Amino acid sequence: MSKTLIRGAKVLGGEPQDVLIDGETIEAVGTGLTDEGVEVVEADGKVLLPGLVDLHTHLREPGREDSETVLTGTRAAARGGYTAVFAMANTFPVADTAGVVEQVWRLGREHGYCDVQPIGAVTVGLEGRKLAELGAMHESAAGVTVFSDDGKCVDDAVIMRRALEYVKAFGGVIAQHAQEPRLTEGAQMNEGVVSSELGLRGWPAVAEESIIARDVLLAEHVGSRVHICHLSTAGSVEIVRWAKSRGIDVTAEVTPHHLLLTDELVRSYNPVYKVNPPLRTERDVMALREALADGTIDIVATDHAPHPHEDKDCEWAAAAMGMVGLETALSVVQQTMVDTGLLDWAGVADRMSFTPARIGRAGGHGRPVSAGEPANLTLVDTAYRGQVDPAGFASRSRNTPYEGRELPGRVTHTWLRGTATLVDGKLA
Amino acid sequence: MDTQHSDARAVLEGPDIVRVLTRIAHEIVERAKGADDVVLLGIPTRGVFLARRLAVKLEQITGRAVPVGSLDITMYRDDLRMQPPRALARTEIPGDGIDGRLVVLVDDVLFSGRTIRAALDALNDIGRPRAVQLAVLVDRGHRELPIRADYVGKNLPTSLRETVKVQLAEEDGRDTVLLGAKQTVPGAQR
Amino acid sequence: MQRHLISAADLTRDDAVLILDTAEEMARVADRPIKKLPTLRGRTVVNLFFEDSTRTRISFEAAEKRLSADVINFTAKGSSVSKGESLKDTAQTLEAMGVDAVVIRHGASGAPYRLATSGWIDAAVINAGDGTHQHPTQALLDAFTMRRRLVGRDTGLGRDLAGKRITIVGDVLHSRVARSNVELLHTLGADVTLVAPPTLLPVGVPSWPCEISYDLDSTLPKSDAVMMLRVQRERMNAAFFPTEREYARRYGLDADRMAKMPEHAIVMHPGPMVRGMEITAEVADSPRCTAVEQVSNGVSIRMAVLYLLLGGAAFDAKAAPEAANGLVDTHPRTEEK
Repeated sequence: MSKTLIRGAKVLGGEPQDVLIDGETIEAVGTGLTDEGVEVVEADGKVLLPGLVDLHTHLREPGREDSETVLTGTRAAARGGYTAVFAMANTFPVADTAGVVEQVWRLGREHGYCDVQPIGAVTVGLEGRKLAELGAMHESAAGVTVFSDDGKCVDDAVIMRRALEYVKAFGGVIAQHAQEPRLTEGAQMNEGVVSSELGLRGWPAVAEESIIARDVLLAEHVGSRVHICHLSTAGSVEIVRWAKSRGIDVTAEVTPHHLLLTDELVRSYNPVYKVNPPLRTERDVMALREALADGTIDIVATDHAPHPHEDKDCEWAAAAMGMVGLETALSVVQQTMVDTGLLDWAGVADRMSFTPARIGRAGGHGRPVSAGEPANLTLVDTAYRGQVDPAGFASRSRNTPYEGRELPGRVTHTWLRGTATLVDGKLA
Repeated sequence: MDTQHSDARAVLEGPDIVRVLTRIAHEIVERAKGADDVVLLGIPTRGVFLARRLAVKLEQITGRAVPVGSLDITMYRDDLRMQPPRALARTEIPGDGIDGRLVVLVDDVLFSGRTIRAALDALNDIGRPRAVQLAVLVDRGHRELPIRADYVGKNLPTSLRETVKVQLAEEDGRDTVLLGAKQTVPGAQR
Repeated sequence: MQRHLISAADLTRDDAVLILDTAEEMARVADRPIKKLPTLRGRTVVNLFFEDSTRTRISFEAAEKRLSADVINFTAKGSSVSKGESLKDTAQTLEAMGVDAVVIRHGASGAPYRLATSGWIDAAVINAGDGTHQHPTQALLDAFTMRRRLVGRDTGLGRDLAGKRITIVGDVLHSRVARSNVELLHTLGADVTLVAPPTLLPVGVPSWPCEISYDLDSTLPKSDAVMMLRVQRERMNAAFFPTEREYARRYGLDADRMAKMPEHAIVMHPGPMVRGMEITAEVADSPRCTAVEQVSNGVSIRMAVLYLLLGGAAFDAKAAPEAANGLVDTHPRTEEK
């Protein structure tokens, strides 16, 4: 395999350095590295990050290939600077057996754009009644360590307790979609001032917060770790902060859209803003940013949720929930966290690569940019400004809430184990 | 919509208007043989004031109160779709109705005849008069329909480039009829 | 208010007063031997009802027919909609048939707004009730009824409801009528008080332009009009209140309670009434109850709205920018044009 020299890149936003890739590995990091006989990529002051890791992606395959496949989803991931994504279990059939998770894992390997690490279902069919074969999924080729019924909450306290306990045997983690089902029956949007005016069934913050409170206490009681998916309210932040201060082993994620958008957008009744958990208020957005900055929230995860056009081109109540996010995540984080001074690029590397890889035990990902490490890298033109044009997406779906919005930053290159998957913004 | 009257010239002044209304009142009594069954219906806005003034004069002449009302023709116009929707004016039919009566429609200016066409349609939906006659303060010509007035205050030959503006004390603070040059306002459709 | 009528909140005070004044003129048509005007001849209006509502549909239909519009009734039941056809496809089918206006009733809040703003169709959209969001013509007919009774049929012309104290009682949470009325009555200068058990008030209600009370008895003596909202018995099963009896005792209007209202005050109900629940038969049948009057006023209001939306030139903001500033031409007619 040939060598590649990335010249003059601000590694994690620091001083410009050269990074030499040899085969699958970073050979050297320094200044004035020789460019003889190597392919040179002029970084020209762009920021070099470890390849991003998304702990929360919906790739839809198997079952809903009309909205996304492992191929289109991983191509979207590469465009967004990701080298590993965790694929959620709510496929058809549900990823609740070793067979399904191995299939998804293998497809990711074959396409080669981005590693796909399947997430296994906690309960059979996501029905919340009977534990899925968590151990078998872990022992499969896919090596599942993260389990989630995402889209549905493991609301039965006993099932949740058993799951938290059971996965301790092999270092697994339960990623909880915190949504008390009775409090959110038929819910359409955040419950508050806007929902009261729009006449849309409210989705109270307490439906999320009460489950998080219960689960951190359960995790403490049984001595397990627990991960909270797409935390969306200021109250949830307070509970996680309290739990961490007690030493409870809890981690939490926030989506890019919850860092930027508020429920005021729902006034348009445009279902592109319909998402689970719902967009909240300005106050929540500010609390989430602060929590991501101070580490209360550990990571950014996209909750990339592709839907076909017809599922959004309809009235609000009939529309599907979710937004695509892989190809805009880093730009949103730059706008909300970096450009606001809340986080530096080293912080971004932590929240979008190091820590998600650690939570998900994604070997070879989320490693430092230094000699001897796997060459999973992302080069970002942070000076770029441009409008989001969904027509250019690699994802099969276009349900982005950012269409026409100006966002900063653009991923120009992505390397997966030394192989460029994205070159000058174009998929390899 | 609006036309300016910067160089307008008065063709009828207050006393002239009083005089022609008196004459029209006498003509109505004469042609209607005492005006026993006359109902005056003014077409808003200024036709209504003229109808009320005529009613007063008819009462002075005949010693009997003459029923007077108003007939808004907006909903019957043939040019509704050429302009933004218009606010409606009041239609007030006197208590005994118009069936079998002699209805005298009263308007300020007779021009294309389309307003009167609309008024005849409107009357049709309200009842069946014995006969319908038309009284106008000014007839400026340029008819587009086979309609003529029975009582005319003043025949005023005009060019299509001119405007005729009637002002009445009840609405405008003074009585006068102005003849001016039309200044087309951009965007206005006629 | 421009081309569409989606929400009572879109109406300015002058828009609303103009609609009420126009409705007064429309009401007089009902007294004529021929209750029909030629105004909308050649225009096609479709009543697109995804939810059963015979009352509202026939009210719109009567209004459309009195204005000589061609009327197409489309009910979702038994149509291709029940076979999974989307709102968009249904709307575009109707558009292809050349409709000028769509009167839509839909179970999903925001469906009329979507229809009007998504670029699916060009026709004017009139909201005939969407989910628990808005029902603007109901609010207008309620305001019309109040103005007639509390200000006067003729003296009310050109006037709003400034200073009138309106109390709305019942299931505010699930009520598009309440939402529309709060917006419109506030715009018209009235002081609105909502009375309901706390379970039937939305969480965001403190931000609404009205007062909130849980106590009906103390509110009644300070009310010029009391509007009772329908309370569906099924709400009991979702624990919004314990029993029908308890609801009626605390929030129902009976003769004793009605006696606490000022003498001139009226009782209103958007219908259909649940007698024995929110209102007793004695109150419902009393001369102070305007429920039947509201129904006939509904036709006048809908005629006024249809006329003001469809009676003039098709709205084109580019061709006639001045028209975008006001709803209608209110200049007195000066000469034949």
